[in-house]
Amino acid sequence: MASVAHVFRREFAGYFITPVAYVFIVIFLALAAALTFYVGAFFERGRADLLSFFQWHPWIYLFFMPAISMRLWAEERKTGTIELFLTLPVSTAAAVVGKFLAAWVFAGLALALTFPIWLTVNYLGEPDNGVVVASYIGSFLMAGAYLAIGSCLSALTRNQVIAFVLTVTVCFLFNVMGAGAVQPVLGDAVPAELLETLSSFSLLSHFNNIVKGVIDLRDLAYYALTIGVWLAAAAITVDLKKAD
Amino acid sequence: MLALVAAQGLTKRFDAHVAVDRVDLEVGAGEVLGFLGPNGAGKSTTMKMIAGFLTPSEGRASICGHDVTEDPIPARRNLGYLPEGAPLYGDMTAGAFLAFVAAMRGLSGRRGRAAIGLAVERTDLAEVLAQPIDTLSKGFKRRVGLAQALLHDPPVLILDEPTDGLDPNQKHEMRALIREIRPSKAIVISTHILEEVDAVCTRAAIIADGRLLADAAPGDLASWSPLHNAVSLTLGARFADAAAASLAGLDRVETVQRGPAGPDAARLTALSRDGGPILADVGLLIQAHGWEVEDLRTETGALDDVFRRMTQPDGEAPGHG
Ligand SMILES: Nc1ncnc2c1ncn2[C@@H]1O[C@H](COP(=O)(O)OP(=O)(O)OP(=O)(O)O)[C@@H](O)[C@H]1O
Ligand SMILES: [Mg+2]
Repeated sequence: MASVAHVFRREFAGYFITPVAYVFIVIFLALAAALTFYVGAFFERGRADLLSFFQWHPWIYLFFMPAISMRLWAEERKTGTIELFLTLPVSTAAAVVGKFLAAWVFAGLALALTFPIWLTVNYLGEPDNGVVVASYIGSFLMAGAYLAIGSCLSALTRNQVIAFVLTVTVCFLFNVMGAGAVQPVLGDAVPAELLETLSSFSLLSHFNNIVKGVIDLRDLAYYALTIGVWLAAAAITVDLKKAD
Repeated sequence: MLALVAAQGLTKRFDAHVAVDRVDLEVGAGEVLGFLGPNGAGKSTTMKMIAGFLTPSEGRASICGHDVTEDPIPARRNLGYLPEGAPLYGDMTAGAFLAFVAAMRGLSGRRGRAAIGLAVERTDLAEVLAQPIDTLSKGFKRRVGLAQALLHDPPVLILDEPTDGLDPNQKHEMRALIREIRPSKAIVISTHILEEVDAVCTRAAIIADGRLLADAAPGDLASWSPLHNAVSLTLGARFADAAAASLAGLDRVETVQRGPAGPDAARLTALSRDGGPILADVGLLIQAHGWEVEDLRTETGALDDVFRRMTQPDGEAPGHG
């Protein structure tokens, strides 16, 4: 659909009109590197892999992705441009997808710019580059899932700060859901099957699968479904809330 | 005549508050409908529903035969819409913004450039195309909003307060533009400037509290004024009492209003009972009594007079007497 492309282009260019995007990318890269090399003990581990890099992504994204997605709809509603935008001949679905893709490609760009870390590990040793590629794919999908959630929650409010906080909260819940972290807390209070089911919905557990280097169709389907469902929810939310 | 814009029983409720109450409208090609009403009357809400942005609580609206809720995309293709306050993407330049709208309208390449060129020329925007919209003055922003609505030369234009913030020259240009493009289009504009209705509208609709109170040619509406066909005369103060009494005695005169006109002059206004002409009757009376009349004229009645009477809570119902 042509209109998806036009929406995408306007939105994507919009990220670079102000220096905020560049600052954002620089901070993202600095943080990723710092966590990898200092906290993740990249050198001390003495292993030629990027696990100490990728393991942080779900947590870095927890704050960076909501920052990218918060303005998608909240700003349109606040300034009233949504009235102009959604009376152009574009379906709500195309508008939602176009904006989401812009955010996702922007996130992808930031992720791609971490390539020096990949070069470093190749320089220092002989990593399994298949695993690295899989991890990048997993990381990108993870970002997409966060951004889809963020799209929907951004449509819920005219206030970007509220959109940000809501998105961080929901993404956090989706992350830890059924993950190892909550198991000790819940203890035996929750049946193991329920935890199992919950964890199959957890963003983190699927990410951990992929980072191991195995791209399973089920993990891909999970991300595709998560993104699809949240974007559908975003379209419904936009239609319901656009005129409020 | 085929109605390019049609609304039937259009109703919008916000919780318990009825913002628009069963509005029926039809606007055909060549017509310019001026939407009048006090603040909060429901003008913008009605326009948002016709533009397909707000979903009506009840009723339906269509553009060029396409229902705006069931068939939104074809309806919107035929519509140029300037929302209230002309919201625009402030961080884009005017030129980039128009290029975006053109692309969304399916106008690309040469056709896109030609369309933008014409719209820019019509709204006199050439000098600010490279400027971010946020840095434009209010009037220029409004003009960018207008250019955006005109871009694809749509058969239907819905413009919510298009001349708000324009300087007198631009207002003039705007009216000239509307007259120029009118023949092939159905245009709905809302405005608080009543002279604008006289200047460009072929029809005026008055809306208050969400209800359509009147829908007629501006001249016909003006004739609903009690002043319509009233006769005003200015004469020597010493004749005033006698003249007022004799005028009030005429069959076709409803009442006589009296106002000061100078040190020894008085101004009398005789209101027509049925809105018909009474000048001849008054003229005969003047001759018969030999009053020294300095000034004699027939009032046409003004739109704003009708507007005030219809839309004020204690105003009278339209009509005479
Ligand atoms: N989203 C909304 N939620 C609740 N009430 C609303 C909403 N939008 C409009 N209203 C109410 O509907 C009524 C009509 O508003 P509308 O904006 O249509 O008036 P208007 O005739 O355009 O007035 P103005 O001349 O000031 O532009 C007002 O009472 C307004 O408060
Ligand atoms: Mg309004």
